[in-house]
Amino acid sequence: MATAVIETLDPKSRAASRGMSDIAIRNLFIIPTIAFLIIFNIFPLLYSLGYSFTDFRASTNAPANFVGLQNYRELLNDPFIWTNFSITAKYVIVSVTGQVVVGFGVALLLNRDIPFKGLITTLLLLPMMLSMAVVGLFWKLLYDPSFGIINHVLGLGTFEWLSNADMALYAVAITDIWMWSPFVMLLSLAGLSAVPKHLYEAAAIDRAGSLYTFFRITLPLVAPILMIAIIFRTMEAFKTFDLAYILTSQPTTEVISIRLYKMAFQEWQTGRSSALAYIVLIMILAITNIYVKYLNKVKER
Amino acid sequence: MAHIQLKNVTKTFGSHTALKNLDLDIADGEFFVLLGETGAGKTTTLRIIAGLEKPTSGEVFIDGIDVADWGAAERDVALVLQQYSLYPRYTVRENLEFPLKSKLRRVPDAEIKERVDRVANTLRITHLLDRKTDRLSGGEMQRVSIGRAIVRKPRVFLMDEPLSALDAKLREALRTELKNIQMNLGQTFLFVTHDQIEAMSMGDKIGVLNHGRLVQTGTPSDIYNNPRNTFVARAVGSPPMNLLHGKLVSGRAILDPIDLDLPYNGALGSSGAATADGGTTDGRPLTFGIRPEDIVVESGAAHEARVHDVENHGVAKILTLRVADITFHATVSAQTKLAIDEDIRFSWNPQKVVVFDKQTGKSLQYHG
Repeated sequence: MATAVIETLDPKSRAASRGMSDIAIRNLFIIPTIAFLIIFNIFPLLYSLGYSFTDFRASTNAPANFVGLQNYRELLNDPFIWTNFSITAKYVIVSVTGQVVVGFGVALLLNRDIPFKGLITTLLLLPMMLSMAVVGLFWKLLYDPSFGIINHVLGLGTFEWLSNADMALYAVAITDIWMWSPFVMLLSLAGLSAVPKHLYEAAAIDRAGSLYTFFRITLPLVAPILMIAIIFRTMEAFKTFDLAYILTSQPTTEVISIRLYKMAFQEWQTGRSSALAYIVLIMILAITNIYVKYLNKVKER
Repeated sequence: MAHIQLKNVTKTFGSHTALKNLDLDIADGEFFVLLGETGAGKTTTLRIIAGLEKPTSGEVFIDGIDVADWGAAERDVALVLQQYSLYPRYTVRENLEFPLKSKLRRVPDAEIKERVDRVANTLRITHLLDRKTDRLSGGEMQRVSIGRAIVRKPRVFLMDEPLSALDAKLREALRTELKNIQMNLGQTFLFVTHDQIEAMSMGDKIGVLNHGRLVQTGTPSDIYNNPRNTFVARAVGSPPMNLLHGKLVSGRAILDPIDLDLPYNGALGSSGAATADGGTTDGRPLTFGIRPEDIVVESGAAHEARVHDVENHGVAKILTLRVADITFHATVSAQTKLAIDEDIRFSWNPQKVVVFDKQTGKSLQYHG
């Protein structure tokens, strides 16, 4: 069927008069994209897979020696790497939970007839349109212990948000929640407004309380789209780099991608860092797969 | 069990008036059918009674109590909608249990099971209980929807065109079923429909709604035999009542434009328009309403007409007859042999004629 669509080029069109066939036009659009993908994504991906089995260092001219699975073996036995992973896991849980609670909550508030609903929604979406680096920089100012507005408003004196080892990770998570809750809100709002009104009316007639209606009708119907939001946010949070890197340099905020960055570009252990990158990739794929399985289950119900 | 009263209810949506000064009285245990075209305000009436919509002005009483401040839950009504409104992702059993599991009135589990099973049995959906609702056919969904209403023993049943999305066979079957359920439960039903056959066959009483006004309420035979105005006359009956324009001259109906003269000896209302005010009735422009089955086709009759069209309905044949420019319908038995363009002779049953004022369309029997 796809080819049937492609083959019908209007003979009077300008492209046809220049002697271009449908296939030619199709190639014109597709080949640059594919070439780009191969050069910048697929090729480095495969090339780094090769490196991950060597002791290659990009900073020296020494030839790479094949070391087999040694990199993987050492990484997986390194307790510091596992600390990085557990920091990442904690960050993902705090940040995604926060985003879902705030985002879904705001969506529930917005899912009714209120004045200026469109304007409010648009304004609420602004944080997620900013650049990560910009958000990181001005939250650093907001968190500043001596002149930061957060301490001023909350009356916390000179509370150290970012240089406090226990607090820093939460501070990064709060920034991430601020930035990405609108994304969850947007998807939840789409899900909520797709729940037919007559179901709520039927529930009212059936004398269901508001909590009961929420858990029995609203939540099951919004669940699939909420799951999609959670998948996206989990993947993003897992590979967080910019926010954490810009905001703080505490050892307690060294998420896995920061460790990876340091290993690759400060310690120049190119082979080993390629192996770590592959471990992270496999983990993200695994987590996503679990979610997608669960999503399909939610959809089926 | 409930007696429902609407007093002077008006409902406007922006500049659009959906209901205008509506008075409605539905007795306890009555099967009341609200009949009207799309946009006549039937659904609005229902939603106001259910508490889903607040009237702009006027009052609603349930068992004599003003329920203005009551929400839908407190009014204890059941609502069956055309679009079924089943809860998605749940099985039929879970849907039927839903109204019983409300926190407001906790029902013991054993009783829930017993009631659900009994309702499923009544509606013959026992075999569907464990199925998801999105795997049901339209008829099955509507049964579940009705089941969810009757499982609860509400005070009033409100039904918004529950049968109109179903195919004809099923509609007929469910019509009888619903009527039986109502008779067994002995509860108040308010049934909204645009289908006059449903109204006639199910209702203890019918209310005819036109553009937000209640035109007439009465028993089906009342509505059928003594329509209050030409709107009701056309709304009920298939084919509808023939409306022929003309005037009345000394007990005989003279029809325009041909001087077809027919005997008329029906009563002209208690006010005695014909007798006390005979001068105005004689010669005043009138509309004569006659049901197709009250037109008698027989060889010895006084008038001649040509057969314009014949529709065979199995039980009867519906003829379209033509006299000069006037066409009208007549029902004859299916055995009658007729051909198109054949000339036949006819008369009418003078007792069954309803006389309307031509200008206002109102029946003289009610308005004089």
